[in-house]
Amino acid sequence: MIQQLVMYEEELQQINHICEVLQRDSNARAVLVIDKNGQAVAQAGEVESLDVTSLSSLTAGNVAATGAIASLLAEKEFAGQFHEGEKTNVHISIVGARVILVVLFDERSSLGLVRLRVRKAAAELAVTLEVMVKKSAAGSGAPSVFSEITDDDIDNLFND
Amino acid sequence: MSFINYSSREINCKIVYYGPGLCGKTTNLQYIYNKTNPEAKGKMISLATETERTLFFDFLPLSLGEIRGFKTRFHLYTVPGQVFYDASRKLILKGVDGVVYVGDSQMERMEANIESLENLGTNLDEQGYDLHKLPYVVQYNKRDLPNAIPMAELEEALNPTKVPSFEAVAPKGIGVFDTLKAVAKLVLTELRKGSGG
Repeated sequence: MIQQLVMYEEELQQINHICEVLQRDSNARAVLVIDKNGQAVAQAGEVESLDVTSLSSLTAGNVAATGAIASLLAEKEFAGQFHEGEKTNVHISIVGARVILVVLFDERSSLGLVRLRVRKAAAELAVTLEVMVKKSAAGSGAPSVFSEITDDDIDNLFND
Repeated sequence: MSFINYSSREINCKIVYYGPGLCGKTTNLQYIYNKTNPEAKGKMISLATETERTLFFDFLPLSLGEIRGFKTRFHLYTVPGQVFYDASRKLILKGVDGVVYVGDSQMERMEANIESLENLGTNLDEQGYDLHKLPYVVQYNKRDLPNAIPMAELEEALNPTKVPSFEAVAPKGIGVFDTLKAVAKLVLTELRKGSGG
C-alpha cells in the first residue's frame, strides 16, 4: 500500500507564498515546510547556508518522537515546540496533522511575534493542504507519467 | 509514502533497513555513503549512543539519477536493532516505501533474527502495512564468519515468502549495492503500479 502525496505547481506556489509572507512578517531567518515523513516541501528565507534535507529528516524524527511521548501521556499531540539557542531559535508546529511548519529566527524577531504570525500562516497552509490531499487522492489511479516507466528505465538508473 | 513533486520534478522514497542489534544495518549505510559520488549523496546522520549503537536512526539521502525527467531521491533509514528501542522503530517505519531486512548469519543470532522479523511484521501491521505487499528484500549479512549458517537454512527460517535475497559482507561491500538496487527497483515498480501502469 503506497499512498502518494503529490505536489502540483499551483499548490506549491501557494505554499511558497505562505512561507515567504511568514518569513517576512515574522522577521525570521528562514521558514521550512516539511512533510511528517521528513521530506522537504517548501522553504523561504536564508536557506542557502542550511542543510535542508538533514534538517527535514531530523525535525520529522523529533516531531514523531514528541508525538509518541504525547500518546504515552494520553495527550493527542503537542502541537508546538520551541528550541532556544544562543543565536538561533526554532519554532516547530504541526499543521493539518500532515506537515510541519518550522520557523528559524534570531534576535531580529521574538517568540511572541513568531507565534502570532505562525497562527495566521498555519490556517492558510491548512486550507492549501486540504486541496492538495484531495487532488492527490483524485489523481491516484489516473494515468500519469509513472505508468509509462519501463523496466529499462529502472535498469538504466543503476548503470554505473 | 512516496512524495511526488510535479513542480520540481522529483520523486522521493523512503527505504528502511530493519534487523536485530549488531546485524550490520548501519554498516550497510556507511558503505553506501563511502562509495557514492559526493554529488549524489547528502550528509549521513547517525543518532547513536557513545558506544556507536544506533539510538534513534541513521539517515542517508541518495540521488539515483533521472527517470522520465524526474529526479529520483531515496532516503535510507536504519532502525535501532536493540529490543528495547521498539517505540523508536515504530516511528521510523511511518511512511515507508520499501524494507530491507538484514539478518545476521551467525548461528547464535538466529533467535534474535526471528524475533526481529516477527517484530517487523507486527510494527508494520500497526501502521496499516502488510509486509507481503510492500517492496521487500532480505539480506544475509556476515557470510564470511566461520559460524555462518548455510544459506538454505536461513532462507527457510527468515524468507518463507521467497522475496529477493542477497548474501552480504557489509564492511567489504559484498552484496550491499545489490540489496539496495533490488529494493529500489521494487519501490519504483510499485510506483508504476500505483499510477495505473
